Amino acid sequence: MDKIIVENLSITYSDGVESLYDIHLRIPIHQITALIGPSGGGKSTFLRVLNRLNDLADVTKTTGKVLIDGIDILDPTLDVIALRRKVGIVFSRPLPLPLSIYQNVSYGLELMGEKRKSVLDEAVERALRLAELWDEVKERLHDPANSISGGQQQRLCLARTLSLQPEIIMLDEPTSALDPISTAKIETSLIELKKDFTVIIAPHNTQQAGRIADYVAFFLQGKLIEFSSAEEIFTRPKDNKTQDYISGKFG
Amino acid sequence: MQTAKKSNVLKQLRIEKLGFSVLTLLSIATVIPIIAVVIYIIYLGAPAISWEFVSAMPSDGMRAGGIWPAIVGTIYLTVGTAIFSVPLGIAAAIYLSEYAPVNRVTQAIRIAIINLAGIPSVVYGLFGLGLFVIFLNFGTSILSASLTLSIMTLPVIISTTEEALRAVPQSFRVVSVSLGATKWQTIWRLVLPQAIPGMLTGIVLGLERAAGETAPILFTGAAFFLPRLPNSPLDATMALPYHLFVISTQVPGMPIQIQYGTVLVLLVFVLIMNIIVTMIRSRARAKRQW
Repeated sequence: MDKIIVENLSITYSDGVESLYDIHLRIPIHQITALIGPSGGGKSTFLRVLNRLNDLADVTKTTGKVLIDGIDILDPTLDVIALRRKVGIVFSRPLPLPLSIYQNVSYGLELMGEKRKSVLDEAVERALRLAELWDEVKERLHDPANSISGGQQQRLCLARTLSLQPEIIMLDEPTSALDPISTAKIETSLIELKKDFTVIIAPHNTQQAGRIADYVAFFLQGKLIEFSSAEEIFTRPKDNKTQDYISGKFG
Repeated sequence: MQTAKKSNVLKQLRIEKLGFSVLTLLSIATVIPIIAVVIYIIYLGAPAISWEFVSAMPSDGMRAGGIWPAIVGTIYLTVGTAIFSVPLGIAAAIYLSEYAPVNRVTQAIRIAIINLAGIPSVVYGLFGLGLFVIFLNFGTSILSASLTLSIMTLPVIISTTEEALRAVPQSFRVVSVSLGATKWQTIWRLVLPQAIPGMLTGIVLGLERAAGETAPILFTGAAFFLPRLPNSPLDATMALPYHLFVISTQVPGMPIQIQYGTVLVLLVFVLIMNIIVTMIRSRARAKRQW
């Protein structure tokens, strides 16, 4: 089943960089879909369309259709707040808010007006457990979020996204600033998480896509060159450019 | 070859050392006048300071007694100014920093604010006289004077607050919005608390200036002499800077230590504001995490 259906999506930025041209794509539910390709190819732009974070950027024109569960999310009358709760994002650098570990995770729920301490406590613990961070921080939940290591901070950001119980989790090069051990932990979490969530990741490198992805989309200069199962892409790519990129001829 | 290089490095080190010494001397030079003024004021004013001086009414045509009504008046005016200028200034800064689109109108607003900061204070006084005292019929009163001082203070508060808001990293805003926050929730829960230390600096700078100004209150609310404390915001009031102007120019046979005693009290008043704000600010900074 397809969670997200993208048709004829084109985006033009006022400075012309990171635009997208005529993207067609179907992202399956409860799978990990990896967006690969050289930087500047439009992967981040694509992710930021799916929860309308692009609204904050200098976009001049967006055309086409993006359907999530059959609803066109580009509709200007759409409730973007609800959309962003449903489609969470983790950014490439760990970006803890200047609050405590606990408050970082409870932030999203408090925005929704949740004040009951028992509900918040429970949600914070569940999210931190899902992100495999609970055991490391349970004794120091009220310490500042920047007092933990970079790898822990990034898992905190994942927990923060999970706290809202989204349906789709997007990760934009989530491990680019992390060491191999932290990276492995995040990857393990993601494989666990796909049972309940639809995961879209712009991986840090092609190898990461190989380790965790079920489906792979190859973006090059704003165009979607190829999309198929990870196995297909890595063993029998149809397009020569995909072949060249995967084999490391350019990158 | 080797020795030539070495002597070259030594020469550069000497020049660097000389440069640093000059910079150190210059920065000391900027502090000297301030210290000299403070010492001079303390030296001449301290003999006048007594419990009676800060708690009694003036007597003998202000040549004796205390300056209590002027102290109270300055506190009233400062608080009054804060009541009007702080909320308005913060609101304007939030609009300019977070909401205002980049276009000619907002550009014009910014230029107007910068220019407002450069207007001589006596002009504000005349403006306040026309608008608040006469047109709005508030009379020469604490209210008129506070409003006049507020207008004078606003540009400082707006520009420093805007700066403090802009200094909060953009990434926090993006994260907050990505978690389903509205723009206002982001500002209220995240941006404003982070900007408080910077905002406080601007607010106190502005209020200190208001507390020490004479010209804007000259026509709008300052009384030459009041034998009692003001009863309501619509009463005129004595105030330290204006009182100082009066006793320095209008009262013959004024003992000099009373003049300098008044200056010293004004100085301590401003100093106390500074200390309080520095304490709040350093506590807020200690909590800040970026």
